[in-house]
Amino acid sequence: MENLAQVQGMTALAVGIIFGMGALGTAIGFGILGGRFLEGVARQPELAPLLLGRMFIVAALVDAVAFIGIGFALFFTFANPFTAGLTG
Amino acid sequence: MAVEHAASEVPTATEYIKHHLQFLANKEASGVIDFSVIHWDSVFFSVLLAILFGASFYVAARRSVTTGAGVPGKFQNFVEMIVEFVDTQVRDIFGRTHPYIAPLALTIFCWVFLFNFMDMIPVDLLPAAAAGAGLSHLKVVPSTDVNVTFAMSLTVFALIIIYSIKIKGIGGFVSELTLHPFHSSNIFLQALLVPANLILEGVNLFAKPISLALRLFGNLYAGELIFLLIALFTLSAGFGGLTTLSGWGGVFAHFVLGLVWAIYHILVITLQAFVFMMLTIVYLAQASTKSH
Repeated sequence: MENLAQVQGMTALAVGIIFGMGALGTAIGFGILGGRFLEGVARQPELAPLLLGRMFIVAALVDAVAFIGIGFALFFTFANPFTAGLTG
Repeated sequence: MAVEHAASEVPTATEYIKHHLQFLANKEASGVIDFSVIHWDSVFFSVLLAILFGASFYVAARRSVTTGAGVPGKFQNFVEMIVEFVDTQVRDIFGRTHPYIAPLALTIFCWVFLFNFMDMIPVDLLPAAAAGAGLSHLKVVPSTDVNVTFAMSLTVFALIIIYSIKIKGIGGFVSELTLHPFHSSNIFLQALLVPANLILEGVNLFAKPISLALRLFGNLYAGELIFLLIALFTLSAGFGGLTTLSGWGGVFAHFVLGLVWAIYHILVITLQAFVFMMLTIVYLAQASTKSH
């Protein structure tokens, strides 16, 4: 019983860290990305649509590992494989 | 929430979410990897959306009107817009149009967009209808199934390898994996550097399908889960809540939160389909041109 509580507590902590670190990385990445985009558009306004398209592509790449982390974190929340090893 | 079936069995929050995250499978998975499990709902909806996309674009192409014979209709204009958009992306990256990669990119873009669009349907609507018809679970968004996204990205991965070998030859393909990025003219030093190159280029190669699949899966899974959580926390009073003030407060909160998230999600679903298509085009372009 205590082992189950410990595993669940550790899992909750892990989920929080995954979400937090993902959010931290994505926020900094998007901030830099958006800032460079605005600088680029300020230098050459006629390239704005091209740069906007490229920005979205890079934004999806920056997002990717954060979302992979979210997927795993939600998996740990709702179908925790660590507790299955304990009780099953 | 399924109060109408068993009045004594109102599901708890975790049970509700777990029920909605489960696929309509033919049997329980006996581990993390079990190839005998089939998710009927993912298969059904992906085939249905493929038929919808294929049939409507085919009809638009068949009935297409060129200059002089008549004015193009709205649907033909719409289809032409999408085809031209995809073709522009292919031309931007390839320098010319491509008879196989451009239709592949079009299929990926439209099919993934239709998958993602299924997430805009209210989260309890189709599963409740299916429960009326006797199905215990139903997940309507195929791209929330890891199997579906990996199926698409492994197909793209196979195409990357096929194109690499077809255009660069097996020798060229292997030399790209083993002689870059560390290169030396001394053959003994080169032989020592091959494992390091192989590790770096191998990670680069295998990261392509894995990140393609998991990016789409993670985005859509998180989006669907947030819709579920919004429904859970605001509508937990059920139909009985419509008689109380707090019940109506929940309905209003659900409308506002659901609207905000759905509007943001419109951007996400289009963007993820676009990014899947763009990365497919970029990877296939890298595979079919001799760089270095």
